[in-house]
Amino acid sequence: MIPAAGPESPTSYVAAVTVPLGTPPIRATSLLRRSLRLWRTRIGVLLVGLLVLLAIVGPFVAPHGPSTPVGVPNSLPGGKAVLGTDYLGQDVLSRLLYGGRSILITALIATALGLVVGVVIGLVAAYARNALDDVLMRAMDVIMAFPQIMLALVAVAVVGPHAWVIVVAIALTTVPRIARVARGAALPVVERDFIASAEAMGVQRWRILFVDLLPNTLGPLMVEASLRMTYSIGVIAALAFLGLSTDPNQANWGTMIQENQLDLAVQPWGAVAPIIAIALLTMGTGLIGDGIARTAAGIDRSRGAE
Amino acid sequence: MLARLRSGGFSGFVVRRLLLGLIVLLMVSIVVFAATQALPGDPARAILGRSATPASLAALRLKLHLDQPIFSQYWTWLTGLLRGNLGTSLAAQEPVTTLLGPKLVNSSVLVAISAIVSIPLSIAIGSWAAFRREKIFDTLSSNLLLVLAALPEFVVAVVLIILLATTVSQVLPGTSTIPPGSRPWNFPSYLVLPALTLVIAVAPYVARIMRASMVEVLESDYVEMARLKGLPERIVLIRHALPNALGPVFQVIALNLAYLAGGIVVVETVFNYGGIGSGMQEAVINHDLPVVQALAMLIAAVYVALNLLADVATIMVTPRLRTQL
Repeated sequence: MIPAAGPESPTSYVAAVTVPLGTPPIRATSLLRRSLRLWRTRIGVLLVGLLVLLAIVGPFVAPHGPSTPVGVPNSLPGGKAVLGTDYLGQDVLSRLLYGGRSILITALIATALGLVVGVVIGLVAAYARNALDDVLMRAMDVIMAFPQIMLALVAVAVVGPHAWVIVVAIALTTVPRIARVARGAALPVVERDFIASAEAMGVQRWRILFVDLLPNTLGPLMVEASLRMTYSIGVIAALAFLGLSTDPNQANWGTMIQENQLDLAVQPWGAVAPIIAIALLTMGTGLIGDGIARTAAGIDRSRGAE
Repeated sequence: MLARLRSGGFSGFVVRRLLLGLIVLLMVSIVVFAATQALPGDPARAILGRSATPASLAALRLKLHLDQPIFSQYWTWLTGLLRGNLGTSLAAQEPVTTLLGPKLVNSSVLVAISAIVSIPLSIAIGSWAAFRREKIFDTLSSNLLLVLAALPEFVVAVVLIILLATTVSQVLPGTSTIPPGSRPWNFPSYLVLPALTLVIAVAPYVARIMRASMVEVLESDYVEMARLKGLPERIVLIRHALPNALGPVFQVIALNLAYLAGGIVVVETVFNYGGIGSGMQEAVINHDLPVVQALAMLIAAVYVALNLLADVATIMVTPRLRTQL
């Protein structure tokens, strides 16, 4: 069968360069350091840093509470409300400062969970080289048959919009995409001599998986992980936008856009402010991913030329 | 039988992939059924809520065949599905097929327009960027596509509404509610913004893969050979480079069309466009499980079919893979 590129994955050019056998793996820290030489990675880190800071510090410096009415609904910026008020007369700036936390935390936990489970499944599948590989990867195909947001919607429809449901659903859709990348990166390594010699020496399987195989897959995995983080943020914000946030009373960037969309013509800031926040955040994670991908591809290419 | 299929060349490959696709769909149906109907607790109560009377609970249990063993429930549901009987919508109290029929037409029109615009456009952008590598068009388009690719589609949609339908200018309608009984093609202006959003959501990926694939092909020996033969650059690009560069792109196109099937949930809801996407959102909010089941199965089937087509198309355009079978 043809190895399919991960969905929505612009990273296949990383794998296109063949690395000669026997080259030591790129260390994750050195890959990160080198990628920071690129301006796009620096801008990405700056954007993500700013937005994370905003989400963490925001609630402490907000001039008003997120649900406190401070004026006439949909009043334009000025006076007590720097960014104006929303459809209920709440302060847009304060809601913006409160509204990032839940999205960021949910996205981070969901992506991390999907990453860990996906890496384990991908490495086990690559190392097994037997029916287990087929079974695991077909199971991944089944999950991949649902677009990310569809699986989250089914889960929410059945169980309800609880935070853990959204985390598990997003993690579940992250798993097969990570597993494919991990398996793809690990397959050529499994064939190398040092794995065979480790087996011959009786090294435990889990040590082979995580000490010998894992470091060799970190480059592509880091690229995929930042891509998945971008998507998790997008899907979680989209769920809130669709009216399925974990807590409808809480300020949330996705919810804010939906609430104030109809009043765009009167007071645009209620929707524009959270839009800018989400756009800068996903652009930041996207730029970081692209920076790492370019760096990894560059290192591979220079090694291939040696 | 399997051995013959294994060596069956191209048609054997298609049959094998078809079988695999059917197996995946069967597994998907089990997952959807298990998730929506075989949950612990009483589905009838989950659907009707706490205020339901014992009589209505009993009636719904009978209707959902909840008195039967779980396997026979699944069998009834699956065979109904195959015969086109998708059950009854709990919110609208009419058959799911009647409910979803017009919505399916609306969504198909929207997705088809988006695909027809975005695929040639992104192939052209990607090829041109590869052809003019490291030149100004390439640098500009790569960076723009990178940024656009990172934006969630509802952000793109609302930005388009701000720019073209409300705050900045009002050249297009910001909501696209198709009146019941009419067809979307009678309201072309309603289709512009939703389709544009989907194009912006999908084109960056296809264009980026196209560029990467084209760069590789342009550096290959046979393109060099064609150039050395003295063929005009236009012929080299269109006749020699493009067909070979398209191979890997088919996969990405298929995945992105499948992605459109999920993207319409958000985009149709933003524009209040009555399709299966906004239907899914309503069904989730209303807890209308038969509709959720039907739409999840439908979208999964579309995904599996598109993947199959992509695999076949890749084999057909790539001579190297064709001979390997």
